[in-house]
Amino acid sequence: MMAASTPEAARRGLPFGLTSHSSFRVLEHDLLVFRRGWHSYILSGLSQPFLYLLSMGVGLGYYVNRNGGIPGGVPYLDYIAPALLVTQAMMVASAESAWPLMSKIAWEKTYLAALNTPLGATSLLAGDLMWIAFRATLISVLFFAVILLFGAVSSPLAILAIPVALLTAMSFAAPIMAFTATQETDQPFNMLFRFGITPLFLFSGTFFPIENLPLFLRPLAWFTPLYHGVSLARGLSLGQIDPVADLVHLAVLIAFVAAGLVAARITFRRRLEV
Amino acid sequence: MPDSLWSQDSVIHARGLTKRFGAFTAVDGIEFDVAPGEAFGFLGPNGAGKTSTMRMIGTVSPVTAGTLTVFGLDPAHHGAQIRSRLGVVPQADTLDNELSVLENLLIYGRYFGLSWGESRRRAGELLDFVQLTERSGDKVEPLSGGMKRRLVIARALINEPEMLLLDEPTTGLDPQARHLLWDRLYRLKQRGVTLCLTTHYMDEAEQLCDRLVVMDKAKIVAEGSPRQLIERYVTREVLELRFNHEGGEAGDGIGGGGAAGLAGADRSTGEGADFDGQLAGLAERIEHLPDRLLVYTADGDATAAAAFERGLRPASVLVRRSSLEDVFLRLTGRSLVE
Repeated sequence: MMAASTPEAARRGLPFGLTSHSSFRVLEHDLLVFRRGWHSYILSGLSQPFLYLLSMGVGLGYYVNRNGGIPGGVPYLDYIAPALLVTQAMMVASAESAWPLMSKIAWEKTYLAALNTPLGATSLLAGDLMWIAFRATLISVLFFAVILLFGAVSSPLAILAIPVALLTAMSFAAPIMAFTATQETDQPFNMLFRFGITPLFLFSGTFFPIENLPLFLRPLAWFTPLYHGVSLARGLSLGQIDPVADLVHLAVLIAFVAAGLVAARITFRRRLEV
Repeated sequence: MPDSLWSQDSVIHARGLTKRFGAFTAVDGIEFDVAPGEAFGFLGPNGAGKTSTMRMIGTVSPVTAGTLTVFGLDPAHHGAQIRSRLGVVPQADTLDNELSVLENLLIYGRYFGLSWGESRRRAGELLDFVQLTERSGDKVEPLSGGMKRRLVIARALINEPEMLLLDEPTTGLDPQARHLLWDRLYRLKQRGVTLCLTTHYMDEAEQLCDRLVVMDKAKIVAEGSPRQLIERYVTREVLELRFNHEGGEAGDGIGGGGAAGLAGADRSTGEGADFDGQLAGLAERIEHLPDRLLVYTADGDATAAAAFERGLRPASVLVRRSSLEDVFLRLTGRSLVE
């Protein structure tokens, strides 16, 4: 009985009872799955930006630029490229936080198998958050490569759009993971995407400035992390830095990630430790 | 034996162990001990609280009240440490369909903190042990139910556990698959692995368990070895007497008593007092089923002969040894649990 307390105390000191290695084991699992289909991830990661930039940036942009263009005289391709990068990372991270997580919790129940090992609910959460961060980063890097190919950057700061996209992706992933852990079916996800994610993608300043939105809708955009991610990435990409506004953008994104993490930790434990 | 002594030797030690979900009590103050190397079984109908008990032992479900120690440790504070010494075969397979058979074992080894090399070495041995080596690179999905179960057992052994928790390990398997699984579990037991399992198959409990408890409605209603339970709750043999319904009085109702017997059988749910009268003194206990009588007796043949002498003319007579099933039905009743 004496020896009982010491090994537990030997768990290395990360917060929330995480051991320093446990969540990386969960990430390893996801990377093992990734290894099987990495080429399809790469392929879709390259083809998506190519199609978007070609149709919207070049095709639609031709008419936008000829008809007065975006306020400030920025070419339409350059205007939407960083915004699309951020929204793509956000979309991928959101989807990954919904259905695949639901499968691990409720359909294939692989989480339940993992919980029979020394791993705990928080390790699973942290590991899968890292996996989603990995996917969002991969998507962003590939997207950025295609943007470079289109020559749609005007500042070396543009590369910072990648970490901004990652942060934006996680500001969606963490709250959605928290939500997923409370659900019994995937029905609500369809609603979430139809009435949440897709409208945000269209109206968060991605394709046109939110100043074009009806007055009563504009404050709504301020409360969505996507608007802040898009604005921040666009400013960096165009070399238009506004320190105060950018700090606000950053603060909002971090606040969403932090709130999502706290909520997810609670809902994961409530769901998995019963 | 005093509690303090038990708790030191026991692999599992439970006193007043209780699990509640809101107002519902799944496990109601049960007490038991499991010794090292023992094969211990929880027997009971669906909803008796077996799985809840297993999940508390597996430290994945917090104890509501009472005492529970596993390997002498408290699950509330040493969960990860206990789990590192446990192998768990859950009711659902919970295999990862996105990974191959081998990868399922490898990553599970990683979860237990094994190096990739060690995980690979053990996975190879275990695939051999459960006869799945040639399926090693295959996806999990197309495997048969029996193969999946064997893979789950292999997975549960990757950390070389001191105790294996098995929740209905052979439910849904065909007889061949069950026997292969029993054989593997028996070998593990011989190697000194403690087995703790739930089942509602009596033959499984008799095959595998040194000792078991019968659970019903969240409580333990009996405890002992299969043999002890049979001796305590039923007789050595059971005489099954079946009477023809359709034939009316023809055929078997020759003797005067036979006609009475038939009438009794037809009123199956009824008093059956005719039988009880006729068999009075011959049996310890008589149970009336719709189509037959179960006569619990030490010597089935002798009782059958005696019944014949008294004029009973059943359509068929079967003498068999009592089984755990008789104990189980005696203790938990015959009504269907949904």
